[in-house]
Amino acid sequence: MNIFVCIKQVPDTETKIKLNATSSGIDPAGIKWILSTYDEYAVEEALRLREKNPGSTVTVLSAGPARVIESIRTALAMGADNGIHIDLPETADNNSIAKALAGALKKEAKVDLVFTGKEALDDSAAQVSQLLAEYLDAACVTVVLGVEYGPAGVKARREVEGGAVEVIEASFPVIIAAQKGLNEPRYASLPNIMKAKKKEVKALKAADVGVSDADQKIRYKNFQLPPPKQAGKKIAGDPATQAKELVRLLHEEAKVV
Amino acid sequence: MAKIFVVAEHRDGRLKKSTFELLGASAAAGHETHAILLGEGVAELAKELAHYGAQKVHLVQDPALKLYSAEAYAKAVVSVLKGASPDIVLASHTPTGRDFMPRVAARMGAGLASDCVQVSLDGGRLAARRPVYAGKAIVEVEFIGSGVQMATVRANALGVPKPDTSKTAEILTASADLSGLKTKVLEVVKGASGRPDVTEASIVVSGGRSLKSADNFKMIEDVADVLGGAVGASRAAVDAGYRPHRDQVGQTGKVVSPTLYIACGISGAIQHLAGMRTSKVIVAINTDAEAPIFQVADYGIVGDIFAIVPQLKEEFRKIKEH
Repeated sequence: MNIFVCIKQVPDTETKIKLNATSSGIDPAGIKWILSTYDEYAVEEALRLREKNPGSTVTVLSAGPARVIESIRTALAMGADNGIHIDLPETADNNSIAKALAGALKKEAKVDLVFTGKEALDDSAAQVSQLLAEYLDAACVTVVLGVEYGPAGVKARREVEGGAVEVIEASFPVIIAAQKGLNEPRYASLPNIMKAKKKEVKALKAADVGVSDADQKIRYKNFQLPPPKQAGKKIAGDPATQAKELVRLLHEEAKVV
Repeated sequence: MAKIFVVAEHRDGRLKKSTFELLGASAAAGHETHAILLGEGVAELAKELAHYGAQKVHLVQDPALKLYSAEAYAKAVVSVLKGASPDIVLASHTPTGRDFMPRVAARMGAGLASDCVQVSLDGGRLAARRPVYAGKAIVEVEFIGSGVQMATVRANALGVPKPDTSKTAEILTASADLSGLKTKVLEVVKGASGRPDVTEASIVVSGGRSLKSADNFKMIEDVADVLGGAVGASRAAVDAGYRPHRDQVGQTGKVVSPTLYIACGISGAIQHLAGMRTSKVIVAINTDAEAPIFQVADYGIVGDIFAIVPQLKEEFRKIKEH
């Protein structure tokens, strides 16, 4: 099987975000970049599928500036076979990214499955998997908790609201957007980290995958930090008094209950 | 005046209040407000859409729309939009809205601003702000070019308007070619709790690792149930196995903006704060007076959750009975 994983590099969730001098973006100084958490489940699922289907390959793709190659290497160290980096600017929107990934996948001889995270931990827009499905004319199931693989397609369990789960059948090629809980991602072993350094990462430019400025539909601007909160009210007393006073304040002052 | 289309969302025969928020905002700004209603046997819901501001309801009924699928929804929405010259298309940023709207945007060649928390429709152009890095920063979304603008809007961001039951809408029946779908919904397995989803609830009561066990979350559930709210959890509580991941609030869980967020025994890691700091009113209850959660709390109680939370349930119950 020809298995692909689309990944994104994002700031570590521990990162304290600061803005750049013109508020046109964040200050990259001091940011530790990581493979987006949900993408780890996507990589793991691809590796497990390859293990069950000898002869399969797992290719990792990422579209972004040169720094993202480091996260492609992280996925290679987990066990993926090879990588593709598509050079796009920092400010590329979800549409450009999806077009670029689709363009790169269309160059491949055959695509059976494409795994992604259910969203990336930077803008959390959750757009790319469904956009990719449109541009590849493929099936797509998002927020996936479990997959049964058949000879011609998949049966996937998708999380919806209130703990409900939809069971969805789709034929290959299919895009699966992974939710936490799909599996338990492995750690890269030291030998695999060494091996990953020698694996091939193909370099593509925007023009190679048919992406132009016209594909950029939106842009983020005027970045702001959330306004600092005023110090709140501390409620003193014994538990019964505290509870009574809190409920009074929520009812009479805040008027939210 | 702009032509604004709102894709209505319903589950189990009831419209979502987040749909009413979108209709209300469009109608209040004086725009020509259209609703798109999809499903099978859902024609009755059109009346309620009118009460909240829809002047025209585009109704597409098809067996393929009985159970939601992104593909069928996108095809049906696009069949309504093509030739209707929309200026703005809105949906809620729910598990459903965030799933099908990228496909609609791709088919219409439009830009899509996801998960917007501030939306202005003044002057007929959509101005939207959305969180990035799970709310550690907020950005303005600029739409490039003058084409149709699309957005998904976070539940509770706009507020539900008062319905006007005297209002009626023109019903326009439409059809869509829904053949050749690549996915098939085999079944929908319902959640057991009956509580609202943590992302849609107007009140969320959350617990942390200091709850010490899954069983002790019963007292959090009790408070949530008195208030008609949802139960949330910190990552630590989820990792300890006290709650399922779907309840996790934070950067690697759900990002929520309820009217009231009550954090019980949650210290407030940066990732957790990122997931709930846009809540309108925040209450923190924690034994550690130095816990970071108190920095974002409007009301704080330094104390033992096991002593306070059961009392809280009683006090809320008294107020609800009045």
